[in-house]
Amino acid sequence: MTTRLMVGGGAGFAGDRVDAALAVAQDLATHTGPRYLVFETLAERTLALSQDPIARGEREQMMLRRLRVVLPVCLEAGIPLIGNFGSWNPEQTAEKIVSLCAELGCRIPRVAIVTGDDLLEHCSVEQILGLDLDAQPETDEQLTSANVYLGAFPIAQALDQGADLVITGRVADPALVLGPMISTFGLAETDWDALACGTLAGHLIECGAQICGGYFADPGFKDVPDLASVGFPIVEISDTFDCLIRKAAGTGGCVTERTVIEQLLYEIHDPAAYLTPDVVLDISGVSVTELGADRVRVSHARGKPRPDRLKATLCFNAGWIGEAEISYAGPNAISRARLAIDIIRARAARLDAGLPLRCDLVGVVSAFGCKAGLSDSITQLQTSLGALPGWPEDVRVRVATLAPQRERVAELLAEVEALYTTGPAGGGGVRTSIHRRITTAAAAVPRDLVSTALVFSKPLEGDRDVRISG
Amino acid sequence: MSVSLVEVPLHQVAHARAGDKGNRLNISLVAYNPELWPWLMEQVTEAVVLAGFAGRSPSGVKRYVLPQLRAMNFVIDDVLEGGVNRSLALDRHGKTLSYLLLSLTVRVPAQLLTR
Repeated sequence: MTTRLMVGGGAGFAGDRVDAALAVAQDLATHTGPRYLVFETLAERTLALSQDPIARGEREQMMLRRLRVVLPVCLEAGIPLIGNFGSWNPEQTAEKIVSLCAELGCRIPRVAIVTGDDLLEHCSVEQILGLDLDAQPETDEQLTSANVYLGAFPIAQALDQGADLVITGRVADPALVLGPMISTFGLAETDWDALACGTLAGHLIECGAQICGGYFADPGFKDVPDLASVGFPIVEISDTFDCLIRKAAGTGGCVTERTVIEQLLYEIHDPAAYLTPDVVLDISGVSVTELGADRVRVSHARGKPRPDRLKATLCFNAGWIGEAEISYAGPNAISRARLAIDIIRARAARLDAGLPLRCDLVGVVSAFGCKAGLSDSITQLQTSLGALPGWPEDVRVRVATLAPQRERVAELLAEVEALYTTGPAGGGGVRTSIHRRITTAAAAVPRDLVSTALVFSKPLEGDRDVRISG
Repeated sequence: MSVSLVEVPLHQVAHARAGDKGNRLNISLVAYNPELWPWLMEQVTEAVVLAGFAGRSPSGVKRYVLPQLRAMNFVIDDVLEGGVNRSLALDRHGKTLSYLLLSLTVRVPAQLLTR
């Protein structure tokens, strides 16, 4: 079998390690043929959170830090970048990236923007709420965003037209990899098994290091070398529609049958029917073969015709959610912590009985710990306090609540801070945080409600904005 | 010939990863030793998992099996307090719940306790 394309995974979520993609880009740059680097950075709530200008700004800065690391290598080596970076204003995102290239002294890239995921551009709120939803919003929740998971064909078209960088909004995560595969092989919309292979490849690398030993280690049971520099994945897709998973050269972590199987089933329900916009992926007969040296082959994905309807994620503003914590340590700490919880429950019942309340007991060693760190803390405590069956009690009371109004959340959580003078003995380290609460629902969207468009930031002669039906 | 069985947490004989979508949790379970597969098939049933998660009031458990990978996939409904965007829990995704599954016990032949 011959490798037809390589796709590297540069990020598995918006908060992923910023420097990890460099090793992937450098690895890809040492090869020839079609190579791509993809970034999955759009979690379910990111679009709704992006309505807050501060959150939006932070997200944009993170995206630019990510790209700063890899743009010089990728533009030099001819490795197109694909990312679902366009959460707010993709045209503006494209401009920022172009400016960054100028600042870095790189060649100015040809940037393509895939739009059409935002249902609110074409549909009324009533129309959207009238769709088939998996969960009905509560009466005081307001719809703030509704985005369809688009498929891979618009990405492929952008690549066919020479894009160096493809910015999308909401797309199915595996589409970031399937797009390059469609472009490389020239796949048709009904090449179900091939589309399944590309979707599987995307599913395997979309969570970054999770297939390379990240989120896998369990000391003494599943040991992973050098997680501090864990590698991010590269998938090689062959002409026989096999996927070879490996990690960037010179990195930590490991790629084994076990790491691959855990990722294979990650967030899967029925293995015979993983629904995506482009194909229904069947992994029930997939084989996983360890080839050694952190290389694993995954074969025999099957495809079935794509679903009639697309999935959209709807986000709702749903008031405020808050947490407050306080610690108790040493003799009888758990009893004191439980007393604190009893007090909070009694106060909450008097203050605002309607609010939901959740109380937890958290902890191993923190309050008595020393600056030097966990192991030193445990050793020191065992030395200074004599023989202990393990370590002293050290628990943290956690109180969480939510309400449509921020003040109600704040008032209830103030009761945790008030434990400083009114609660059990020896409470300390109160922390409180209150955040906007954004709830989500999934909607099934008929394809004819969706129209996708492709726009180039730097049009060439002969370019035309392409409208693609759903 | 009788086999001597030992009762161990699943954690000794299998590994797992949890994922969430809305209020639905999935947990993969993969046997370390291929010879353990029939023992897990027999003992880690939908009913056993349903009972193991009873504290979180699941509305249903579906088990999918991939024998060629010695892997099962459990889909557990309504155990995430409404899901990541609605839950008041510390771990709103339910990511730690793979280790709740691995806390269930199984009885297996002692000689198969190799990883």
